[in-house]
Amino acid sequence: MASSRVRIGRWVAAARAAQRRPRADSLGQPRSPESASTRAALYVHWPYCEKRCSYCNFNKYIPRGVEEGAMRNCLVTEARTLLRLSGVQRVESVFFGGGTPSLASPHTVAAVLEAVAQETLLPADSEVTLEANPTSAPGSRLAAFGAAGVNRLSIGLQSLDDTELQLLGRTHSAGDGLQTLAEARRLFPGRVSVDLMLGLPAQKVEAWLRQLQRLLYHCDDHLSLYQLTLERGTSLFAQVQQGTLPAPDPDLAAEMYQEGRTVLRDAGFRQYEVSNFARNGALSTHNRTYWQCGQYLGIGPGAHGRFVSQGAGGHTREARIQTLEPDNWMKEVMLFGHGTRKCVPLSKLEVLEEVLAMGLRTDVGVTHQHWQQFEPQLTLWDVFGGSREVEELRAQGLLLLDHRGLRCSWEGLAVLDSLLMILLPQLQEAWQHRTPSPVSGG
Amino acid sequence: MWTLSGRALAPWAAGAARLLPPYSRLVAVLEPGATCTPFSTAELKEKPDMSRFPVEDIRNFSIIAHVDHGKSTLADRLLELTGTIDKTKKNKQVLDKLQVERERGITVKAQTATLFYNFEGKQYLLNLIDTPGHVDFSYEVSRSLSACQGVLLVVDANEGIQAQTVANFFLAFEAQLSVIPVINKIDLKNADPERVEKQIEKVFDIPSEECIKISAKLGTNVESVLQAVIERIPPPKVCRENPLRALVFDSTFDQYRGVIANIALLDGMVSKGDKIVSAHTKKTYEVNEVGVLNPNEQPTHKLYAGQVGFLIAGMKDVTEAQIGDTLYLHNHPVEPLPGFKSAKPMVFAGVYPIDQSEYNNLKSAIEKLTLNDSSVTVHRDSSLALGAGWRLGFLGLLHMEVFNQRLEQEYNASVILTTPTVPYKAVLSSAKLIKEYKEKEITIINPAQFPDKSKVAEYLEPVVVGTVVTPTEYTGKIMALCQARRAIQKNMIFIDENRVMLKYLFPLNEIVVDFYDSLKSLSSGYASFDYEDAGYQTAELIKMDILLNGNIVEELVTVVHREKAYTVGKTICERLKDSLPRQLFEIAIQAAIGSKVIARETVKAYRKNVLAKCYGGDITRKMKLLKRQAEGKKKLRKIGNIEIPKDAFIKVLKTQPNK
Repeated sequence: MASSRVRIGRWVAAARAAQRRPRADSLGQPRSPESASTRAALYVHWPYCEKRCSYCNFNKYIPRGVEEGAMRNCLVTEARTLLRLSGVQRVESVFFGGGTPSLASPHTVAAVLEAVAQETLLPADSEVTLEANPTSAPGSRLAAFGAAGVNRLSIGLQSLDDTELQLLGRTHSAGDGLQTLAEARRLFPGRVSVDLMLGLPAQKVEAWLRQLQRLLYHCDDHLSLYQLTLERGTSLFAQVQQGTLPAPDPDLAAEMYQEGRTVLRDAGFRQYEVSNFARNGALSTHNRTYWQCGQYLGIGPGAHGRFVSQGAGGHTREARIQTLEPDNWMKEVMLFGHGTRKCVPLSKLEVLEEVLAMGLRTDVGVTHQHWQQFEPQLTLWDVFGGSREVEELRAQGLLLLDHRGLRCSWEGLAVLDSLLMILLPQLQEAWQHRTPSPVSGG
Repeated sequence: MWTLSGRALAPWAAGAARLLPPYSRLVAVLEPGATCTPFSTAELKEKPDMSRFPVEDIRNFSIIAHVDHGKSTLADRLLELTGTIDKTKKNKQVLDKLQVERERGITVKAQTATLFYNFEGKQYLLNLIDTPGHVDFSYEVSRSLSACQGVLLVVDANEGIQAQTVANFFLAFEAQLSVIPVINKIDLKNADPERVEKQIEKVFDIPSEECIKISAKLGTNVESVLQAVIERIPPPKVCRENPLRALVFDSTFDQYRGVIANIALLDGMVSKGDKIVSAHTKKTYEVNEVGVLNPNEQPTHKLYAGQVGFLIAGMKDVTEAQIGDTLYLHNHPVEPLPGFKSAKPMVFAGVYPIDQSEYNNLKSAIEKLTLNDSSVTVHRDSSLALGAGWRLGFLGLLHMEVFNQRLEQEYNASVILTTPTVPYKAVLSSAKLIKEYKEKEITIINPAQFPDKSKVAEYLEPVVVGTVVTPTEYTGKIMALCQARRAIQKNMIFIDENRVMLKYLFPLNEIVVDFYDSLKSLSSGYASFDYEDAGYQTAELIKMDILLNGNIVEELVTVVHREKAYTVGKTICERLKDSLPRQLFEIAIQAAIGSKVIARETVKAYRKNVLAKCYGGDITRKMKLLKRQAEGKKKLRKIGNIEIPKDAFIKVLKTQPNK
């Protein structure tokens, strides 16, 4: 135990030093393809929450008491197993999500990072993000997470209106949120992100914009604007169904989104993804892995992953999901070393569909180089160049296809799902009619 | 011992399994040994001998009732009481075999069951011919009644006489059948059988002491219904010694055995191997199988005069077993029975496959379904927008819905249905058109073929006499509704101190779409409605187009009365607005008469349509959703570049209560 602390301590110190180095804005820049399969991002799911939020249908549990030691051991075991299975040599980002991972002890975070550092190279400048809930993360705790190796915080602030926070079932007040934000910025300068929700029932555009302006005054270099999705099975959904709450107005949400992104642009933020905004190059590298269809390992109950199990001699990218329910997941991890419940190999076409759907969420879109890493034969021009429907989208100014690649315009980004209704079938059709490559055997 | 009895049972079980049809879904009947039958094991194995039942021991009867008054429940009890089916809790609407019948609690298809019943030391053969309850199916009712000598008129002790009770009573009365009034649901808290007795006396002129008060649900007094059937309904007036004369009163199609005709023998007898002739087609067939329905087909050696059963004789198509046709023995021709009026379609709608590649599947599904429902008329039709399809004629809107539901449930076919219309007529003035149509008066079943006013002397629309029975407190609202539907009041009778019966002359098109729902909603469900055909009247009709960004939507072309154009146009535009999903551009919805726009709505363009985030890298769910939507889009109808989901059409066309 003592030696591991020393080791992780050393890694943390190096990481701190690395943070001070200027960051490269690497989003969209291709990396050498041969190393892509030896690198991965790691997602760690902490499944517990203090209280159920009224809008959340994600995999989370409100426990009577958490056996944290057992949970920690299982997370460590599963991280080791999957890292070995994947044959990954370098982990470039770790994201502790949930649930409410800030309810876990910093020791658990440290133990997972230590396991990663032992199994692979965890470079000192790797991004290690923790989702933090304002009430469960007072300053002292945040500092302890920092000491454990966390170097970036994502704060679930959600709103600066106490009535809205109550409606959302959050345990914190607007004041709590701002205080946590201030402490986080002090501890992790330039490495703090905040979430703000829009499109809540009865929310007004002007009032919401005032919240955003106020948040701009307090926030760091990264911000996420999320439109509320009413998910089945949540109390908010039920209240809207029963008519006790008004249904969110999609027109107002669209207006908030448009106004909000304009305000942020004027404040020097780059909208580098549908819901994500950064200035001073503070883009999240972890999320970039999702959008760029890089490899990622998911550990913890219900976590998702996408990687090639090279350690087991595999060559195909697989979609994995871990067992949802924490107790069952733990049993499986203790028995088999991991709790993978489902593992589906992805066809080449499926991977390309993901490259397209995820890549277009970003401002750089899908570049020709990026596409080529996944499909060297069929170019973006081959797929989309001849389509009348795609041409219409370009003429409407929603989509661009040029020497850089395929991407959404500012207007197009807001209606991406409608664009994909045309682009995905077009890709499927082009894929079916492609001339099979003479060499490729798989 | 145990082994022995098991062995002893085996042949019977095998015999029973052989006797029962392969597609039977009735578990209670399928259980060997559980069924209590009046026949011995040996007899069942050997097929029952029907000669044991002389004419005087036979009763043919039907149950008629307003919907939900308990017809099917009473039928279940009668079947149990006579040992036709086992007494279990599972017996719910045993004769309602179709999924749609059980789901909707209605009877669509007539069914027949033969009951064996011992009364005062004698075994009787009672043929129960179940009939549908809804107005749309009154042709089925009359068809079934022609094989009967009496009816049980079931009336709910709480709701009393309803519109269909009246209509059904008069059908039975006109057919000169004995009517046994049965007041059902006397166990209900609000039951008032005495009041219902008085209504029956007043409206039908039947003395109140003739009413039998029962609870079919609890089985109370049901035995006395069977006794009344024997005592009050006369045996059929037939003669076993005459040559065969059999009435076809229904037919079904089985893909393995061909047409199964339900027949009532008026004279003579019939058995396997007989050569029979259809009086209608003059075709000769050899009888493969005869038997009784209990309620599944149970083969017998013979059927004798007065009996009701089934007959299979190598007919390949239900049109070969026309309802109302007479069958007789080869070389022994008889006077055919008076034929039935064939059912007349009152509501027409275009039916198209969502995708033309599904045309053949849909074609075969429609063919199979119409084999069992000859009341649906089928004309091939095609539209520029929808490709090849059909214009089908239905007996009413419920009939149309049921047909569509059966296409979906039983044949897994999905279709686009166009606005239901009624058969309008036009008296042509243009010599050229008269020459083209070879007649002066034409029937228009497709609104797209509506001839222009300039070529027409006058338009005619079908009218019906509608009967409404309602608690008096709703009379005012109902009269206003009828007036708004261009109806003319014919009379008004108080059937008791709280209830009134109204008769109106309605233009048919005013009631086919949403009249029934409006009536139900404004009377809190208490008013009932039924109608009968009353010919044609002149009408000021015009054709209205619905346009999306300037393109006509053919399936929404509507013929309307001039007075109604604005209201109808506005309603269609509003419904379209509510059901068209947003697209990447604005959509203008317009209703127009010729070039004149009379109503307009706008669907705004999408401003935001993108999922906020994929939780923890859960791309699978997002991709599945996107791909499912993209797949669904392929099936969408396109008008110009506007994509229209099938739902949007259905929402526009579907019955909706008035706003």
